[in-house]
Amino acid sequence: MTTDSKMPVLVETLTAQRDAFLAQWTQAVGEDLQGRLSLAELGRELGELYDSILRGLNAADFDSRGEHFAETRSLLIELSRSRARQGFTPTETARSVFSLKEVLEPSLAADGKGAQQYLQFARLLDDLGLLTTEAYVRTREEIISSQAEQLLELSTPVVKLWDGVVGVPLVGTLDSARTQVVMEKLLQTLVDTDSTHAIIDITGVPTVDTQVAQHLLKTVVAARMMGAQCTISGIRPQIAQTIVALGIEFGDIPTNASLSDALRQALKEVAQDAADDARGLL
Amino acid sequence: MKDYGAALASADTVSVANSSDVVSARQMVRTLAQRSGMSLVHQTKLVTAASELGRNMLVYGGGGVVRAATITDAGRSGIYVAFEDQGPGIGDLDLALTDGWTSGSGMGLGLSGAKRLVDDFDIDTGPGGTTVRIVKWGR
Ligand SMILES: Nc1ncnc2c1ncn2[C@@H]1O[C@H](COP(=O)(O)OP(=O)(O)OP(=O)(O)O)[C@@H](O)[C@H]1O
Ligand SMILES: [Mg+2]
Repeated sequence: MTTDSKMPVLVETLTAQRDAFLAQWTQAVGEDLQGRLSLAELGRELGELYDSILRGLNAADFDSRGEHFAETRSLLIELSRSRARQGFTPTETARSVFSLKEVLEPSLAADGKGAQQYLQFARLLDDLGLLTTEAYVRTREEIISSQAEQLLELSTPVVKLWDGVVGVPLVGTLDSARTQVVMEKLLQTLVDTDSTHAIIDITGVPTVDTQVAQHLLKTVVAARMMGAQCTISGIRPQIAQTIVALGIEFGDIPTNASLSDALRQALKEVAQDAADDARGLL
Repeated sequence: MKDYGAALASADTVSVANSSDVVSARQMVRTLAQRSGMSLVHQTKLVTAASELGRNMLVYGGGGVVRAATITDAGRSGIYVAFEDQGPGIGDLDLALTDGWTSGSGMGLGLSGAKRLVDDFDIDTGPGGTTVRIVKWGR
């Protein structure tokens, strides 16, 4: 085989014994991961990696961050991401790369020239292994922030309580990000369910301060602009006293101590609307 | 208002640099109030005042430190909370304490409302920062 490589011994050995090395590497990694990935899948993954490393070496290079290893790097990032999602530890992923060193050692480290190239190659693999750790951390961060978003979605359910009545049981605190989500979901649900009444229940909101109040008022105004009637329910006695002392006024927005009172009131109004409709008054 | 600075030697502390820290400060105050056996109404008023002052500190004072401690005086016990920031200070305190006045986009009720929610209320403000101290007495 012809190569411009500065390490002919290494490249020749890696090329000539590809299948044997790959099989040993797959075997070693498979043992480390204790069968949590099938050997066939591992063999395919590691095979791609092996070939791309070999192509990089062929281009006369040991610089893991250089252009010749761009393909290797993207394969490793891909590998690291999928391992992170499958719950493997970053150490296990890095060890998958490092273990190629042990596979090659007996064949290369025997004579002087081979040993020198082996050392350089080992350093390259160390670098590549560390790269998987960086990618792993980044992937975990992405997973965490997308989970936080999902949690936000989950913790702001908007439900159809009855024909024409939508309920928003708020739990926790109401900051700007959450208000935005609540508002969008409420308006969309009003349209989707063809509802005319919305009940925002704050039984699960421990502290109603000026920020929460301001966000509640904004949400009510938005719902009213869609032609819906809006009620705030679940105002516990201690919250009522605190709101009054703070000086917050809910103006003409109807409020109720309990969700069931609010629902009863809303149903009465829905029935009245229907009766008016039937009489052709509207 | 009496000087309760000594009580702060054994105080719980939360540094406030973002809005989830305001929630932590609120929780610290709530825990102390619950432990001291304060009634639910008083607890809620105190925690709400802490929420307002903690957020002011973050929004206008660029963050700061909240310290809270249980105190006793003349046979009664209460919760003392201090909010200290190194922000620009409040230019016109009377105006800031006017219901409905805000320099931002708030309701302008936080400061004046917090004052109504607690028993003792004291502001020390200047170009070097603002310290607000409050006490809510038990039961
Ligand atoms: N720690 C502070 N440092 C500097 N300025 C402050 C501080 N706290 C309050 N202020 C000033 O006092 C004004 C009134 O505060 P207040 O809390 O009553 O209203 P707000 O924060 O603007 O609105 P909100 O009703 O949402 O609390 C603020 O707009 C701000 O200009
Ligand atoms: Mg405020």
